[in-house]
Amino acid sequence: MTDFLLELRCEEIPARMHKGARADLEKLFHAQMDAAGVSLGEITVWSTPRRLALIARGLPQQTEAVSEEAKGPPEGAPDQAIDGFCRKNGVTRDQLELRDVKGRPTWFAVINKPGKAVRDVLADAIPAIIRSFPWPKSMRWGAASLSTESLRWVRPLSGIVAILGDQLVECEVDGVTSGYATMGHRFHHSGPITIGGADDYAEKLRACHVVVDHAEREAIIRSGAAKAAADAGLGLVEDEGLVVENAGLTEWPVPLLGRFEEDFLEVPPETIQLTARVNQKYFVCEQDGKLANAFICTANIDAADGGAAIVDGNRKVLAARLSDARFFWDVDRKKTLVEHAKGLERITFHEKLGTVADKVERVAKLAEWLASEGIVPNCDPALARQAAELCKADLVSEMVGEFPELQGLMGGYYARAEGLPDAVADAIRDHYKPVGQGDDVPTEPVTVTVSLADKLDTLVGFFQIDEKPTGSKDPFALRRASLGILRLILENGLRTSVRDLVNAAEQSGRPNVGEDVASFFLERLKVQQRDAGIRHDMIDAVASVETGGDNVRMVKRVAALQAFMATEDGTNLLAGYKRAANILKKEDWHGIEGEIAHTGEEDPLALVDNPDMKAVIAAKMAERRSSSLSYTPEPAEQALIEALDHAEPGAEAAIKAEDFAAAMAALASLRAPIDAFFDDVTVNDEDREKRASRLNLLDRFRNAVQRVADFSRIEG
Amino acid sequence: MTGNLMTRDPTNSFQDMILALHDFWSANGCLILQPYDMRMGAGTFHPATTLRALGPEPWNAAFVQPCRRPTDGRYGENPNRLQHYYQYQVILKPSPANLQELYLQSLGVIGIDPLKHDIRFVEDDWESPTLGAWGLGWEVWCDGMEVTQFTYFQQMGGYDCKPVAGELTYGLERLAMYIQGVDNVYDLNFDGRGVSYGDVFLENEKQMSTWNFEVADTEALFDLFRKAVAECQNCLTAKLPLPAYEQAIEASHIFNLLQARGVISVQERASYMGQVRDLARGSCQVYMAKNADRWAQAFPEWSA
Repeated sequence: MTDFLLELRCEEIPARMHKGARADLEKLFHAQMDAAGVSLGEITVWSTPRRLALIARGLPQQTEAVSEEAKGPPEGAPDQAIDGFCRKNGVTRDQLELRDVKGRPTWFAVINKPGKAVRDVLADAIPAIIRSFPWPKSMRWGAASLSTESLRWVRPLSGIVAILGDQLVECEVDGVTSGYATMGHRFHHSGPITIGGADDYAEKLRACHVVVDHAEREAIIRSGAAKAAADAGLGLVEDEGLVVENAGLTEWPVPLLGRFEEDFLEVPPETIQLTARVNQKYFVCEQDGKLANAFICTANIDAADGGAAIVDGNRKVLAARLSDARFFWDVDRKKTLVEHAKGLERITFHEKLGTVADKVERVAKLAEWLASEGIVPNCDPALARQAAELCKADLVSEMVGEFPELQGLMGGYYARAEGLPDAVADAIRDHYKPVGQGDDVPTEPVTVTVSLADKLDTLVGFFQIDEKPTGSKDPFALRRASLGILRLILENGLRTSVRDLVNAAEQSGRPNVGEDVASFFLERLKVQQRDAGIRHDMIDAVASVETGGDNVRMVKRVAALQAFMATEDGTNLLAGYKRAANILKKEDWHGIEGEIAHTGEEDPLALVDNPDMKAVIAAKMAERRSSSLSYTPEPAEQALIEALDHAEPGAEAAIKAEDFAAAMAALASLRAPIDAFFDDVTVNDEDREKRASRLNLLDRFRNAVQRVADFSRIEG
Repeated sequence: MTGNLMTRDPTNSFQDMILALHDFWSANGCLILQPYDMRMGAGTFHPATTLRALGPEPWNAAFVQPCRRPTDGRYGENPNRLQHYYQYQVILKPSPANLQELYLQSLGVIGIDPLKHDIRFVEDDWESPTLGAWGLGWEVWCDGMEVTQFTYFQQMGGYDCKPVAGELTYGLERLAMYIQGVDNVYDLNFDGRGVSYGDVFLENEKQMSTWNFEVADTEALFDLFRKAVAECQNCLTAKLPLPAYEQAIEASHIFNLLQARGVISVQERASYMGQVRDLARGSCQVYMAKNADRWAQAFPEWSA
C-alpha cells in the first residue's frame, strides 16, 4: 500500500470556483481509478488560489490481474465474422477455444489482462483528468493557442506534481511535465521546492508560507478576524461567505484591522457594509449593536512592517469608496423622491408593459383600491397611493445605480430624510418583501398594500402578455411573485378572492387571465403548503368546494381536514365514504334529486356557494326529509337518518362560521352510524322501495360529507 | 539647463513612473508606441491592441493611451474621478508563460515592494460587447486598490484569438497616487520638481466637464455620429479596415458624449451600441479577410 500526491498548479483560480473544483477533482480521480480497478483508501482534496491538491491514501502498487471471456460466433460461421471477433478482442485465431453453448459449438476468446502498475495507471489518468476538467469558464493561452485545440484550463496551467510513494508519476499535458518541484508563496519564497511525497507536502509548503488546506486558512481568518476585532474592543460582524472568499484569495492569510473616519458613519450603515464586503471583501465590526468605524482586511503576506502600510492603503481605498457613497447619499437627497420618480419614465419595465413609470401608476391605482376596498384593513388609501408612487423612485438614484442590492432600502432612507410619514418610508423600504422563502412578510398595512399591488401587477401583467413560467424557466420570477402574494394574504389574514384581485390588476384591452392565474395560484399554494406538511390532495379536496378564491379560508379548511384525516374517525369515514360512493356508482344511482345529480367524480357541489342553488338544495333536502318511509327502517338505518339530520345543519353552520374543526366533528359523528349501517343493513334489498330509500340515504350521506370536502380527491 | 538622464524617481514623479515602465517593457522586447491620435474610452481601443490581437503574428507593444470618459467628469471636484486620464497598455502576443512574473517585476521598478504591500490577483473577466471581445483574467489589487486589469484575450471582433494575447492595463494616476502617497489626483507630483497634475489638468477637467455635460451641441454630435457610421461603411466597402476602424473609434466616442449630454434614452442606448459594435466588428472582419491568406502561408498551423 502506498500514498499518492497530485498537485495541479496554475495562475490564480477565482475564489468562487474552489469548492466546485475540489469536488470535481475528487470525482474525476475516483472515476479514473474505478475504471482501472484501483482500490482507494481515504482521499483528501485541498485548494489555494494557485493550486489544487489531492492526496489518496492506501493505493496498491499493482492492479489485480483479470481474465475475461468473450463469446464469439458459432463454429462454421463465415471467416469474416470470426476474423472480426479476433480483431476486436486482440487475439489470434489459434487462441480461440470452442465451447458448447446450448448444444452448439461456439468460439470463445479468453483475454488475460495482467495487473498494471498503478504508477502507469496514474500516468494515463492525470492527463485525462486535466483534459476533461469541467471548469465553469476556461481559457487558452500562450504559443500553443495558435490552435483552438490547445489545452483549456481555468487560467494558465504551470506545473504538475505527481508522486506515488516516493516515485515520480511521469506524465505530460500540452508541454507541462510532472515533477517533484512546486512553488511556495508568490512573494515569501522564491524558487522551487522539492516535494518528497504525500507525507511531507503540506509541511514543506507551510515552511514556504503556504497553508495548503483551505479549511485551515478559513479557520485562521475566522479566528484572526474575531481576535483583531476583540483587540480593538469591537465585535466582528460574522460573515461566513467572506471567510471562504478570503481563504480562496490567500495562501497565507493575515487578518488586519483598520479604521476609517468616523464621519462616514453618517451614511446608512448598510451602504458601508455593502461596499466593504462586495467591493473590498472586508469584514466590518460593531460596537453596542451599531456599526463601528473599523474594517478587517485579509492580507496574503506577513508584511515586514506588521501590515501598517497594507492597512493604510486599504483605508484609503475604503475612504474613496465611502466618499463615493457619501457623495451619492448627498446628491440623491438634493432631489425629492417625486423628482427622482420622473426619471422612471426613461426606464423600460418590459417592452410590452411600458416603462417603470407606467408600472408605478398601475401599482398606485391598485394600492389605492386595495386600501379603499378594505382588502388590506386599516390602510389609508392616500398613504398607500403615495407610497406606491414613490416605491421605485430610488431605482434612478445614484446610490442604487452603484449598489442595486440597496433598492427599496435607500428609498426608505430618502423618504425619511425628506420627512415623509413613517408608514410611507417603511412601505418603500419593505415593498419588495418577502423576497425568498425565509424572508419576513410585511405586516404594516401600507407596506402590505404596496407589496401586494406591486407583485399583482407584475404577475397579472406578464400573464396578460403570455409570458408565463414554463418548466424550469421563470425569467420574470413570477413564481416568487405569486408565492409572495400568497404569503402576504395568508400571514396577514387578508379576506379576499384571488379572482377579484386579478380582475382589479388586469390591464384593459388585454386578455382575461383570471382562470390561468387562479390555477397557477393553486399550484403555488400546494408547493407552499407542502413545506408546511400539508398534502396536495387535501388542498384539491378543499379547492373543489372552496371556489370563492379566499385563500385564508381555504387554508384553514385544509388544515382542519388534514387534522381530521389523521384521526381514526377520519380514516374510517373516508372508507365509509368510498364504500358509499362505489355502491352508488355501481348502481348508477343518481338519486331523487334528479336535476341536481351528483356522480362523485365531478365537482358535486360546485354551486353550493351560489345563493340560488342553495335554496333549491335546501328545499329538496327538506322535501326528502319530510317524505316518510313506507316501511319500518332497521335500527341502523334509522340511526344513520337521525345522525344525518343532526350532522347536516351542524356542518353547514360550522362551515358558515368558518369553524372547520366543528364541521369535521359533525362529520365524525357520522362515522359510527355509517359503519353500523354497512354492517347491519342490506342496501340491495329485493324490495325496490327499500333499495331506493337506502341508496338515497347513501347519496345523502355522501353529499353531506362532500359539503365539507371533496373526499373523492383524498388519496388513501 | 542640464539634468542627469539616469536619475529617475518613479516614486515622486508621474512622468518618471511612465519612463520607468517604458524602460522596463522596452528591455523586455516591446515596441514603445506613442498614443493614438484619436479620442477613445480605453487603451484597448488603440489599433495596436484591438487589430493586432487578431492573426498569428507575434506582437509586443507598450504605450500610454489618454482615455476619455465624458460621464466620469466631475468638474475637477472629485479627488479620484476624471473625464480624461492615462492608461498604460502592454500587449504581448502570444502571451508569455512568465507574464505574471514580468508584471510583478514592473511593479518593482516603479517602487512597489510586494513584501510590504499586498498584491493580489482577483478574478475579473473582461468583456467588451462593443468590440465583440472577451477575455479571462484578474484585476490586480495593491492593498485593496485595483491598479491593473490583466487579461488573456480569448476573442476579438468575434474571432477566436489564435494565439491568445496577454493585455495589461495600468491605471497610471491611481498607481501614482498610491506610490506618491497622495489622496487627491490633482496633488500628484507630475515631474518630481513640483509641477502638479492639477497644474497640468485641473482647468482642462473643469472646462471639459462643462462642455461634456452642458455645452456640447447635441445636434452636431448626432450628425457626427451619423457621418462616422457612413464613413466607416464607406471604408469597409473599399476594403480599408484601418480607416474604417478609426471611424468606429470616432463613433464610439461621439456616442459617449451623447450619453454625457443625457440625450440618449435607455431604449435607444442599445441600438447605438449595436451600431458601434457592427462598425468595430466589420473593421475586424475586413482586417482578417485582408490578411488571412498571407497569415495562412506564413503560419501553416493557423486558420481563421
